[in-house]
Amino acid sequence: MTVTLPSPTRNEPVAGVPNRRRRRAHPLTTVSPASRLFVLAVMILFAVYFLLPVWWLVVSVTKGSGEIFSGNGFWFGESFAFVENIKTLFQAQGGVYSRWLLNSLLYAVGGGIVSTLLASMCGYALAKFRFPGREAVFGTVLAAVLLPAPVLAIPLYLVFSATGIINTFWAVFIPSIVSPFGVYLSRIYAASSIPDALIEAGRIDGAGEMRIFGMGVRLMAPAMVTIFLFQFVAIWTNFLLPSLMLADSSLQPVTVGLVGWREMQGNPISYTTVVTGAFVSVVPVVAMFLSLQSFWSKGLAAGAVK
Amino acid sequence: MSPLTIQRPSRRRELRRAAPFVLPFLLLFVVVYLVPTGYSVVQSFFAVKRSGLGLGGAETVFAGLGNYVRVFQDGDFIASVGRVTFIGVIQVPVMLGIALVLALLIDSSVSTGRKFFRVAYFVPYGLPGVIAALVWSFLYAPSLSPITGFFASIGVDVSFVTDGALPFSIANILTWAWTGYNTILIFAALQAVPAETMEAAAIDGCSGWKAALLIKVPLIRPALLLTLVFSVIGTFQLYNEPVTMKSVAPNLPSTYTPIMAALRSLSGNDFNYAAAQSVVLGALICVVSVLVFRASARRVD
Repeated sequence: MTVTLPSPTRNEPVAGVPNRRRRRAHPLTTVSPASRLFVLAVMILFAVYFLLPVWWLVVSVTKGSGEIFSGNGFWFGESFAFVENIKTLFQAQGGVYSRWLLNSLLYAVGGGIVSTLLASMCGYALAKFRFPGREAVFGTVLAAVLLPAPVLAIPLYLVFSATGIINTFWAVFIPSIVSPFGVYLSRIYAASSIPDALIEAGRIDGAGEMRIFGMGVRLMAPAMVTIFLFQFVAIWTNFLLPSLMLADSSLQPVTVGLVGWREMQGNPISYTTVVTGAFVSVVPVVAMFLSLQSFWSKGLAAGAVK
Repeated sequence: MSPLTIQRPSRRRELRRAAPFVLPFLLLFVVVYLVPTGYSVVQSFFAVKRSGLGLGGAETVFAGLGNYVRVFQDGDFIASVGRVTFIGVIQVPVMLGIALVLALLIDSSVSTGRKFFRVAYFVPYGLPGVIAALVWSFLYAPSLSPITGFFASIGVDVSFVTDGALPFSIANILTWAWTGYNTILIFAALQAVPAETMEAAAIDGCSGWKAALLIKVPLIRPALLLTLVFSVIGTFQLYNEPVTMKSVAPNLPSTYTPIMAALRSLSGNDFNYAAAQSVVLGALICVVSVLVFRASARRVD
């Protein structure tokens, strides 16, 4: 039998969604049109605050060079130069921008996949095997969730420069594949979503532990997508670590490259090109969110049917 | 029958089973977290002594607590901690206050178009960190900003980059970038409040704002505590926003935040001192997190 939840929370991983329709229709919670209007006004005000800078970015990308800071900053200019701006962006300094974009993709997609795999394996074992030292491992990993990445960047730099992997791909990639938050999330999720009976049945059938995990992965998929998504965004937007580790411009991700361009103060790389670069660098993050969120809600729906 | 004879082989078997799953992560965790932390602590107890005129080369000597004494006498470092504390004390309550109100509004029956607002508030999360700071650096730029341009046209002089305005300009970038994220987290917690609880409250005459503040807010306290701790930690590790702001605010000191101060020591080849600064900052974040947890836990009782 399929149970379809009238889920108002398609985008969030929430357990136990109550039936809200009943609450809305309750006679005791009716409100006056005046307060309804006031609430709407407050919400619109904040929506404007959050959207205006993004709107400025979108509008600025379409303006011809020199036009960006003249006239109304929040409306389109005389010319529509979006295509020219993109062309200029990808031709600037011998096309280094596409190199940065490729590097960011490599770090974020590669790091996201590997970290998700490692974290969910570890979280699964922490949830399902009662081995000695289990709580010690989990406690240490949990403490690391509270240690912010920028604070760790300088110690990492000291170690990596002592071992000589500084200014290589690995100096950024290795720290990117360790996600303590991922271990925490997948332990919680594995404990509640993978039944012990499934593991027992697998063992009775003579399957190896890795094969059994392979079956469990399907049940953990929503948690794994969440870990991947957050790790992808964290790596894509990381600035301090790569700027510290990488001197070589051909290894740098797009964040480090763009800030370098911004510091040129418009010459030789124009402000329009910097703004276009910022706009293009946001596109993969948005695409990732949109494409994975549909997967996510599918995962949740499948979980609800079970 | 002794339980030990049964338990021991079973625990060992569990360990054998778990090892291939746990070890790959654990090994990398040791490399990326434990080794650098330990290495920095060790390094922080040493110092490089240059002999004579610097011609005789340098040697590393044990310095005891010397670097730590230096940290606590370093006016720049103390000032940087003061600045992030100031920004945090203003920004974190404002941001979480707005996030809580917006989450309650989206969750309440009063609002219309919640789906649109939920997405609209979350949009800044798509441009976090450096990119958000980059966009705001243009909106703050003294002669170029469309915002200062607007105010100038109505005869008001506004600057976002004076020494006095900088903490607030930076706080605004943080609020803009992270409010929506916290709204979504708090909203997710609100969704888990059972409808029956709210109905029971309404029958007892408690509804609207009173119900929201007296019943919903206490029920989502764990989520609020989590957002509070992470926001406080986020302020202490402030780096991206002030560094990007430097391109429009040359008056911004290069030791504006603790991380920037430690990085300056690093670029001055003062590695042992940079290690000590990082250790102090890490310890400070631990202490503050524990204090925040404690204070909030006490309030619940």
